Amino acid sequence: MNFMHKLASVALVSLALTGPVSAQDASTVKLALIDGQSGPNGFIGESMRQHLQFFAERQNAAGGVAGGKKLDVIAFDNKFDPQETIVQLQKAIDAGARYVFHGNSSAVGAAIVDFLEKHNRRNPEQSVLYINFAALDPVLTNEKCSFWHFRFDADVNIRTAAITNQIKNDPSIKKVYLFNQDYSFGKAVRTAATQMLKEKRPDIQIVGDELIPLQKVTDFTPYIAKIRATGADAVISANWGNDLNQLVKTGGELGLPVKWFTYFANGEGGVTALGAAGVGRVFAVSEWHMNVPNPTTEKMADEFGKKYNRDMFFYRLDTVIAMLARSMNEAKTVDPKAVAEKLETMTYKTPLGDTYVRATDHQFYQPLYVSVMADDVPKKLEKTPFGFKTVGMSAAKETEVPTTCKMRRP
Amino acid sequence: MATSVAPLLCCYAWTKTLLEQLAISTLNGVIYGMLLFMLASGLTLIFGMMGVLNLAHAAMYMLGAYLGYQISKTLGFLPALILAPLALGIGGALLERYGLRRVHQHGHVSELLFTFGIAFMIQEAVQMIWGRIGVPYRIPSALDFPLFRLFSTPYPAYRIFVLLLAIAIFFGLFAALSRTRIGLIIRAALTHPGMVSMLGHDVPRVFMLVFGAGAGLAGLAGVIGGPIFVTSPSMAGALGAILFTVVVIGGLGSLPGALLASLLVGLVQTFAVVIDVSLDDVFKIAGFTAASTGVFSDIRHTTVAQIAPILPYLMLLVMLVVRPRGLFGSRDV
Repeated sequence: MNFMHKLASVALVSLALTGPVSAQDASTVKLALIDGQSGPNGFIGESMRQHLQFFAERQNAAGGVAGGKKLDVIAFDNKFDPQETIVQLQKAIDAGARYVFHGNSSAVGAAIVDFLEKHNRRNPEQSVLYINFAALDPVLTNEKCSFWHFRFDADVNIRTAAITNQIKNDPSIKKVYLFNQDYSFGKAVRTAATQMLKEKRPDIQIVGDELIPLQKVTDFTPYIAKIRATGADAVISANWGNDLNQLVKTGGELGLPVKWFTYFANGEGGVTALGAAGVGRVFAVSEWHMNVPNPTTEKMADEFGKKYNRDMFFYRLDTVIAMLARSMNEAKTVDPKAVAEKLETMTYKTPLGDTYVRATDHQFYQPLYVSVMADDVPKKLEKTPFGFKTVGMSAAKETEVPTTCKMRRP
Repeated sequence: MATSVAPLLCCYAWTKTLLEQLAISTLNGVIYGMLLFMLASGLTLIFGMMGVLNLAHAAMYMLGAYLGYQISKTLGFLPALILAPLALGIGGALLERYGLRRVHQHGHVSELLFTFGIAFMIQEAVQMIWGRIGVPYRIPSALDFPLFRLFSTPYPAYRIFVLLLAIAIFFGLFAALSRTRIGLIIRAALTHPGMVSMLGHDVPRVFMLVFGAGAGLAGLAGVIGGPIFVTSPSMAGALGAILFTVVVIGGLGSLPGALLASLLVGLVQTFAVVIDVSLDDVFKIAGFTAASTGVFSDIRHTTVAQIAPILPYLMLLVMLVVRPRGLFGSRDV
């Protein structure tokens, strides 16, 4: 049994090698970012990594967390794929990370939740907390809600609440056209928008309800003609990428006189693609934008821009790190369960207003800005003459939406 | 509106809206179709003649858009319109001469992989040079005004310019193929490359010429399509699949086939978008009222408009089953 003997000794050696690695280095808290870092959309994951790095370094400079421990960001490339995510997640856990950050794609988000529910039940001493800062499908805080998941971005329904608040106060809007992509996310938007408009502005007529196949349309002129024929004043669209940019651009070219209420037009690449067609017409919802007048965030955005040569976008990550740090300090430990228990009841005052986590579903609520693309603003985006300016604001409370979450607590 | 005034007035308004929709949809469909044709013409000639599915064709279109953007930023739109396709044409010819021709001996799979690799190279190069988020390529200001009003809709001059240019290209290509000596050889080489070679013509040079011209046309389509669409690294992927359907529907190597298929795809897509009718509605008219839930309810409630963008692929499938050689093709795929 020489072979078995060898095998056993190899196993022992590797145990001895890996064992101390995860236990050692108690002076750092590892934050694993699991997101796409390669491929055509890799720039989004790269931007996320830079933001997380930036805010973690600021926290470290301010004294770290839980008695001087430093935050350490490690990025894992999941190639935007749920299967690959699980592989990378396992790698991250093996590397000693107990905090997982992720943003792109709710399908990936759901995969992480499913995995962690099992993993944390089986390995309670190795529990991992999932900080979701951009996956917006409401399902993650409803049917699939989990104690181990926190969402620090406004989900689809919350964003729709902010958008419909804006439409409520705009008497010029009488006919609304819904234009979304044909998958769970687009359908969630259309359901929420229909229902909220009925409550807030029963006089508004929904004149169109379009669902298009995801990233398949090459020519948007027929859709523009269709929207025009309905006489719509406003279009609500949760499209992203080319489906959004080309839709709005074609609308501008063909002179379609509508207001576009979008969920993602302020994202990277948006103003470059839209150009003058978007000015005064394209609205977006966000927790912050470059032209929010606040000395703290302005300074932050300047520093970020200088360091990475790109516009700051994920301001929410600053709040995430700050609240996480405070939870760790109050819990006097970096154990995810203890930290989650602090975090879930936390209220926090950011430079922009009052925010809080709702304990029932672990959804974070913050003030939301509705802004419009403009060419007369001090801060421009992507070296174009355009930026966004605030046209309305909803306080955190005004965006709250009901949840069906029945959370199973450990 | 008119609905409350008189039934007659309502119907007048309704007819007018319908006519307007019809006219605009036709125009939109034809322009989109002609743009597709500009790309498909080069692809179908290359495919028909060399048996190579040029997977880099859409990438060349993208490169054309980027070059067009870069040149028009410094020299203006008109030089871009000439220089960018020229650059791509020469590049394409060199690619054929020093790359594809060598790979040719190893068979079609190697050629396919070669063009596949080229597509990747172009994609990555574009991202490295111009970045991943796209560039602000705009309609030239000289053409950025509404040319006429179609009922109540202003129609942009630039789109009409695209239409005219595409029509000119079609007639130019058609004349070159049917009226010139080189066209004669190309047409012969399309069906009987071996025989043409035996007769003493330099078939490899003809291949090089056709490949270069195809690349140039793709570049031209990029230069004029870039300002209408969004010039970004993802623009190749979206159009590439549609192009192959156009080429197969039209028939390999057939220029009139490519034209007809392009227009067909353009018009079908454009008109399907307007039709908000689902299977359920058809059932209702026929007198059946089925329960609104069940296994097939999703399919039954899907409207024609919802599947409009995938109709070309459906047409491709039907064509392959019914008539594998395509509309005007002379041999099976």
